[in-house]
Amino acid sequence: MNKRWKVFQHSSDYRFTPYIMAGDPCEEATIELSLALEECGAHALELGVPYSDPLADGPVIQRAGMRGLAQNMNLEKTVKLVAKLRERGLKIPVIIFTYYNLLLQLGENRFLKLAENSGVDGVLVPDLPYEESGYLQEMCSEHNLALISLVSPTTREEKLAKLSREAEGFLYCISSLGVTGVRSEFRAGLDDFLKAAKRNSRVPVLVGFGLSTREQIQQFDGSSDGFIVGSAIVKKIEELESDLLTNREEAIKTFKSYIESLLPVYSR
Amino acid sequence: MTTATVPDHRGRYGVFGGKYVPETIMFALEELETAFDEAIQDKEFNELFQKELAIYSGRPTPLTRADRLSEYNGGASIYLKREDLNHTGAHKINNAIGQALLAVRMGKKKIIAETGAGQHGVAAATVAAKYGLSCKVYMGKEDIRRQALNVFRMKLLGAEVIEVTSGSQTLKDATNEAIREWVAAVEDTFYLIGSAVGPYPYPKMVKQFQQVIGHETESQFKEIHYEKLPDAVVACVGGGSNAIGMFAPFIEKEVPLYGIEAAGMGVETAQHAATLSKGSNGVIHGSLTKLLQTSEGQITEPYSISAGLDYPGIGPEHAYLHETKRVTYEAVTDEEALQALKLLCENEGILCALESAHAVAYSLKLAKKMRKDQHVVVCLSGRGDKDVHTLMEFEEGGE
Repeated sequence: MNKRWKVFQHSSDYRFTPYIMAGDPCEEATIELSLALEECGAHALELGVPYSDPLADGPVIQRAGMRGLAQNMNLEKTVKLVAKLRERGLKIPVIIFTYYNLLLQLGENRFLKLAENSGVDGVLVPDLPYEESGYLQEMCSEHNLALISLVSPTTREEKLAKLSREAEGFLYCISSLGVTGVRSEFRAGLDDFLKAAKRNSRVPVLVGFGLSTREQIQQFDGSSDGFIVGSAIVKKIEELESDLLTNREEAIKTFKSYIESLLPVYSR
Repeated sequence: MTTATVPDHRGRYGVFGGKYVPETIMFALEELETAFDEAIQDKEFNELFQKELAIYSGRPTPLTRADRLSEYNGGASIYLKREDLNHTGAHKINNAIGQALLAVRMGKKKIIAETGAGQHGVAAATVAAKYGLSCKVYMGKEDIRRQALNVFRMKLLGAEVIEVTSGSQTLKDATNEAIREWVAAVEDTFYLIGSAVGPYPYPKMVKQFQQVIGHETESQFKEIHYEKLPDAVVACVGGGSNAIGMFAPFIEKEVPLYGIEAAGMGVETAQHAATLSKGSNGVIHGSLTKLLQTSEGQITEPYSISAGLDYPGIGPEHAYLHETKRVTYEAVTDEEALQALKLLCENEGILCALESAHAVAYSLKLAKKMRKDQHVVVCLSGRGDKDVHTLMEFEEGGE
């Protein structure tokens, strides 16, 4: 476990992990948005990679991916972007969120070497379930990267216990069935699921998918160690698209006040 | 031969296949695998399936010798396996009946399906009506525009057609959207996949329900030719369900097999759907297979005049049969398919689907190089009524 993960894991805060799409709406904006998120108190950052066929994502992140693709953003450039973020002073763990086909085409080994040298801390592959992840898991350990595990309310009990025990970085608990995107309500019985995950996990247990308001986030404090917000933030970036391209300073200010309105005061 | 051990217990055909899906639906794939394995061991289920194929779809479909076409073409004689004579006009119904019976057996009341041209959508809507299931069909906006007639048929059958506006708005995006819906509704919904693609156990299951094509062909051919086997078997390949069903009993025997992809405007152009000829290894719709993509892994949009072959991936077992060289895969252009379609019309009085016309076109080429006492069987996967509009546009635009 590297130093950035240690800080993350030892934090006593209700950990905030935002997701943004690399290259949305342009590379420099991604850098400044990442730094702004850290200033607002993010404990880690998930960086998405644009993909033509993102089958775990809802419309908001699909559109962000299209904008990233229009900027010719790809997996290799996303990893190199992390090196630039480190140069600009970003200190929190960064997790690359990529579909498996992109990894395969770049080459798993090439990706892992590049990621290790660029200051990446973890990888999350939404279409690579545990059953198919043996090789990548092994290679990630060799390169000091955490392969982030996703567990769902539909994950069977024994598998949930095993994945929770073996989790690295953090354990990603999906709040509800379906793709990423804003939701008005969550699944009944979610607390039991989170409790079961926490019982076995050595790493912080984070809840994600569908969280978009302070009230929703507060609802999970106590049953989890942190939360992930993706679509709601990406939607705000979409709203600010033109300003992020032409009047960035102003846009970042607006963005930061939005993030502050989202976060429970005690999570910072 | 080489294929006796596939798929392995992890759902692999060599390196191909597997289950590349979000964790949320992994339990559903396990549940499906168990239910499917139990069903095909169950005599009652198999008898019910065979009975439904007979009294609902009109099986067995005939094996017709194309007398005048063979005469005109020269060389080996050509036999047509008449999947076009099935209820709803194509082989798609075989698989739809099988999966719907399985859905009923599993107690699922809702089915979802993806469709490109609408043939599988119509088959899914049909079995939903027959077995009293609710049905949602995902279809790209662009395909809805091109295939208005099939959209209307699905609605007549009581299905809900959902317009897909993501990505390139065609079959690949409709499939993504159906998978997204499945992830959301997985606990009470059965995903009825239309081709030999998708995560394991779908490729195995679709083959199981389509192999009736090959088994009937084998016994019909043997009856005519005193226990001999055909000298070649040809089928078109998009996702590859009619081909894998036709090939199934012949894979372990010494019969040359040919899978025909769509070359569109030509495999040397960017406008084709020749996945095996021009694709590379990658993951699409839950399975590791060959697919058309950029060097960075973005999946590209294929092209063919035939909407059923217009798919950037291919079933993982075909990728495996290609790699092991057990099946020869060739590509046929729009132009060649259209010519074959006309020849079949004029010489046999059969209007076949544009997809099937690709297989006919290659059979003609192949038969010419063979002896007169040899026999080529071609799978006529569907009828061409659905393509009349495309054919009219082509005639008006091209001449």
